[in-house]
Amino acid sequence: MDWQIIIAASIKVVVFVFLVTLPLVAMSVWAERRVSAAIQDRVGPNRVGPAGLLQAVADGIKFLLKEDFTPNHVRKGYFWLAPALVMVPALMTSAVLPFGSSLFGEKMVIADLDVGPLFVFAVASLSVYGIVLAGWASNSKYPFLGGVRSTSQMISYEISLGLSVVPLIMIYGELNLSSIVLYQAQNGWALLPLWGDGLSLKGFLLFIPILISFVVFMTSMFAETNRLPFDLPECETELVAGYHTEYSSMKFALFFLGEYAAMIIGSGLAVTLFLGGWSLPFGWLTPESADAVVPWWHGLIHIGTFFAKVILLILFFIVIRWTLPRFRYDQLMRLGWVFFFEIALFNVVLTALLMWWLA
Amino acid sequence: MAIVVKRPKLKWWEQLYIPGIISGMRVTLGHFIKIVSGKKKVTMQYPEEKWDEHLPEHYRGAPALVKDEQDRERCVACQLCEFICPPRAITIKPEEIPSDDKWAKVEKRPKAFDIDMIRCIYCGLCEEVCPEQAIYLRKDYAITGTSREEMVHDKDRLYEIGGVRVGLVNKWNELK
Repeated sequence: MDWQIIIAASIKVVVFVFLVTLPLVAMSVWAERRVSAAIQDRVGPNRVGPAGLLQAVADGIKFLLKEDFTPNHVRKGYFWLAPALVMVPALMTSAVLPFGSSLFGEKMVIADLDVGPLFVFAVASLSVYGIVLAGWASNSKYPFLGGVRSTSQMISYEISLGLSVVPLIMIYGELNLSSIVLYQAQNGWALLPLWGDGLSLKGFLLFIPILISFVVFMTSMFAETNRLPFDLPECETELVAGYHTEYSSMKFALFFLGEYAAMIIGSGLAVTLFLGGWSLPFGWLTPESADAVVPWWHGLIHIGTFFAKVILLILFFIVIRWTLPRFRYDQLMRLGWVFFFEIALFNVVLTALLMWWLA
Repeated sequence: MAIVVKRPKLKWWEQLYIPGIISGMRVTLGHFIKIVSGKKKVTMQYPEEKWDEHLPEHYRGAPALVKDEQDRERCVACQLCEFICPPRAITIKPEEIPSDDKWAKVEKRPKAFDIDMIRCIYCGLCEEVCPEQAIYLRKDYAITGTSREEMVHDKDRLYEIGGVRVGLVNKWNELK
């Protein structure tokens, strides 16, 4: 029945993207402000709603009611297109993330693609076009510099991001994210190989390349989502507001939301690849196979586990942002091209050698 | 002369950034935990919590006029404060005291005394210059209004803030 698949998919899209991810974006903005405040010995927004939780709603209303000003000197078409181009890819990548095992016999992933990580990288790198277009179409110097920086940053980090995942794919022998998660649920998470097949010489030896690729992956993810220490396209202290200097009102908000949505999806991908996705540690409540029937409360626990992990990783992103100073531009280039590219490449070879030796 | 800043030579493990990140996170998370657990409190929730009782004696808040113990307005409309006021916030309309008044020998009093609180910079020069010690800077600091007119303190308002001040000047005191 085709229409059943369509209805199920649309329900999953609406619930996962619009009822979970977007509120999570708002919540992470709130968390960012409260955590940064606590780190700097301040209080942060605590007036709107309990503990300031409704601050995001107030901000959203403010953004909608503000004057949407388009300066005369911009290229209007591209200027209007850019914010959408930042937001849409960030949300589109959520299609392949398995956010739960299954609920009422329905797999908790919007599109169970067999090329999961590739799809994520292909679509996520589209969001750089939004930033570049914003910088270019704004027709003024600070956004332009931000756009140019974004381009070169993206080129230098996309490669190491892709290469850092290759060892994992070699180990899993699988590109389907749901199967990767199931494998981790049964044989130990990539970063916690303490049960199943992970408890062997193979598991412990392969832990070394996985740790290296985790560090490379996370660092590249910071660069990919334009977060400090790599927020050079935006970098308030040098470029006013970088690529979104000329934007106001809801168009600015779209850039803002796009950044946080990219952060959430990035955390989701890191959780799926390295931290066992929706699975609980030590193989608790793990389904036998991909098609096994899972009781509905197991399904709910799995969904909760996934989002708990994602939220923890988002908090990590936030704390890192308020801990580290911004990298200088040449340091960033050096780190990307001279270190991470080589480390990631070496890591692929190391994994191959280890797997060949163990086989 | 240019100074050559000597860069510290980093050990190989320091160049990995990771020890730096960890020690940095120790600082930030230390602050985070202290604030979240309520062990350390830095900020005050302003309208609910105030620091009024800790304001120092020399605090310079809103300027106000005072009356003396015999309910006489101390101001004699000499206009020194009006002339010294750097932002020209004070406007005084002097008036002669009629001869049948109890305080006729004081001769002058303000008919109108306006302080524009939008202009006032709380410098305290009016208090310093006043020969009659009639104008004082009080501890009121939250002077708000919804219009410019509301922010101009007239004579009644100034006496309402100032109240009665006893002692100090006895020049016009009958008992002396």
